[in-house]
Amino acid sequence: MEKGVVISGFGGQGVMLAGELLAEAGKEEGKYVTFLPSYGPEMRGGTANCHVIVSDTTIASPIIGYPKAAIVLNLPSLDKYEPLMKKDGIIIINKTLVPREVKRDDVRVLQIDAQHVAEDLGNKKVVNMILLGAYVEIEKPVKIETLKNALKSYLTGRKAELIEVNERALEKGAEIARDFMGVK
Amino acid sequence: MGEKLLMKGSEAIAEAAIRAGAMAFFGYPITPQNETPEYFSRRMPELGRVFLQAESEVAAINMVYGAACTGTRAITTSSSPGISLMQEGFSYIANTNVPCVVVNAMRGGPGLGDIAPAQADYFQATKGGGHGDYHSIVIAPHTVQEEADLMFDAFELADKYRIMVVVLVDGLLGQMMEPVEFKDWVDVKKFKTPEWATVGQGDRAQRNILISFDILAEGLEKMNLVLQNKYAKIRENEVRFEEYKMDDADYAITAFGTVARIAKTTIELARNEGIKIGLIRPITLYPFPEKVIENRASNVKFFFDTEMNEGQMLEDVKLAVNGKKPVYFHGRLGGIVPTAEEILDEFKKHLGG
Amino acid sequence: MKTIYKVPSAITSRDTTYCPGCTHGVAHRIVAELLDETGLTKKTVIVWPVGCSVFGYYFIGTDALIAAHGRACAMATGIKRVHPESFVMTYQGDGDLASIGIAETVHAAARGENITTVFINNGNYGMTGGQMSPTTLIGQVTTTSPYGRKPELNGFPLHVPEMLATMDGPAYIARGALDNPQHINQAKKFIQKAFTAQQKRLGYSLVELVSTCPTNWKMTPVESIERVKREVLPIFPLGEFRAVKGVE
Repeated sequence: MEKGVVISGFGGQGVMLAGELLAEAGKEEGKYVTFLPSYGPEMRGGTANCHVIVSDTTIASPIIGYPKAAIVLNLPSLDKYEPLMKKDGIIIINKTLVPREVKRDDVRVLQIDAQHVAEDLGNKKVVNMILLGAYVEIEKPVKIETLKNALKSYLTGRKAELIEVNERALEKGAEIARDFMGVK
Repeated sequence: MGEKLLMKGSEAIAEAAIRAGAMAFFGYPITPQNETPEYFSRRMPELGRVFLQAESEVAAINMVYGAACTGTRAITTSSSPGISLMQEGFSYIANTNVPCVVVNAMRGGPGLGDIAPAQADYFQATKGGGHGDYHSIVIAPHTVQEEADLMFDAFELADKYRIMVVVLVDGLLGQMMEPVEFKDWVDVKKFKTPEWATVGQGDRAQRNILISFDILAEGLEKMNLVLQNKYAKIRENEVRFEEYKMDDADYAITAFGTVARIAKTTIELARNEGIKIGLIRPITLYPFPEKVIENRASNVKFFFDTEMNEGQMLEDVKLAVNGKKPVYFHGRLGGIVPTAEEILDEFKKHLGG
Repeated sequence: MKTIYKVPSAITSRDTTYCPGCTHGVAHRIVAELLDETGLTKKTVIVWPVGCSVFGYYFIGTDALIAAHGRACAMATGIKRVHPESFVMTYQGDGDLASIGIAETVHAAARGENITTVFINNGNYGMTGGQMSPTTLIGQVTTTSPYGRKPELNGFPLHVPEMLATMDGPAYIARGALDNPQHINQAKKFIQKAFTAQQKRLGYSLVELVSTCPTNWKMTPVESIERVKREVLPIFPLGEFRAVKGVE
């Protein structure tokens, strides 16, 4: 089973970290993974996205032309990916920064007021982990536990103190996703 | 082999080169491959090897040339505009018969172009690029694992034939991360200074002179024939390719590197619709796998070549097919990467004809 | 019996191809004598240039390479970095070093590469037929400055040692001349110090040698020697421009 997701937002929102973490977790579970970042001349503040595929079999193209899943952290990203989504695909949206509804009615939409949820968790930078936790709970490309373990290899040294809040963010996202699926 | 590491292609290339025995790196910064020299700059001093940032690509390739003349495994990495600047050095290296490895992470051109992935340096890499009748061995990996594996082969081939080996990748293969498992370290303690190296005469009976020069045309023709004989051996012995789902294929896609990988998804999509496509993927672009393409011409209805350029490998495919079957083409320019769906749509335009 | 003349053993038996009155031969002899005296011949790799001395490996018997035009210092850098025990020299003319290869020269100097450059300045591109070079004097007629070098059109002569002496990387920088025995002896002393700088790993060393080109100057050998004294040395003064501690 091949599971691909596009993660998209502003540079600095942790798009690449979320994608890399997912890829690392996939690798840890012995799966095939690809992580393909966009990159541009701007190192910070521009639009950034990455394509992550986790699969039980070899992955051919690492590019996701028409996503089955997208994590959208800002408005330009929704404008870009909404038309490309596959029918019945899932868009997970950072509602705080996306002040509009999804126009299509043939895709699933989970809106999370992630900025505020992050503030409640005590660190406004964990928006990416909340959304990633929700995605992983819904699509199950990897286990949440593996993601948490992977955090340890990314947040080292002085950043190690951030592991705990990031773990809670992943769990919170998963919890929101369970409520969402229960409602459905 | 060891554990699997999640690595960027551009860093896997550097690590693989180091494990394959690269003793010296000379280079100049250029996007989209800066992670490669940055990686070398960290690792080479740890191992007591040479990392030097040159003042230009022109200087970098001539430093590689100098190091190569001592029989030391040397490498540079760059991207299209930087590779253009190195062409003079490539030509000298070719006619001096010294080994080295060059990685080109191709970006959109011509001119300053952009920093997006492209394959528009195929002609430059496979047909020579600099002045004179020469070739380099050109290899084109299509996954991060293959990038790592082929770096070992690149150094082996360079030493075996005393030739420059170009590893042709693009920004996508450089930026992408995949789990990669490296081959065992080459034991550099076993490296010996070759008999032909210019390191000072020492105890040798003869002094060594490594030049790409003979003022007399008769002499220079002989030097050229040495090169041509070498290229003939390489064409005979070093062709590498992958055939993917070709056994029952009614149609063949030809593609290399990134696009070949995307085309594998195209093939899955097509087969889901009952269209039997296979892929012939040249791994060595020089020497080109012309025989396999020629042989397949009797099995397939047509060939469909797809590249991130205006049809460069297409010319070699057409020469190999030699008019036996139609060869169609789809390419994207300037750094646009085609999707698997797009390639399939373009392919289908030629069905039913 | 007393030996009053001997061919240095680093000189090969081959006759030189240089024009009558050209001072390349003198420069070669000085280098060869020093290779003999220091015992460095069998450790030496010389990177020859593109220009009249492209054939230098015919005449000085060491391991040898020919760089692309201007790239000698880059190539020498590549050798020295991977093979520091070799003694690595470049031998370059003013077109090669000061024009197309100035970047490679300046940066080798800035890095303090442990290599030695012998820089032959004869004020024009000799092999290609006497075109203007960066060290062509103001007013000098060449095949590409037929009305004389004009500052408003071609700028001013480049003083390489003076420029390199402002940098921290070089260990030893000097300019000598080959127009009379005193100057030749001085030039040899300069090159010997340059060799010392490399042997002691003190950094980059360069010695410019003001030379003649009677053929392209359209002069007899004697006239060309007289021109050096009269016209060239006032613009390119002799001396040591930089010598770090330890160079002797």
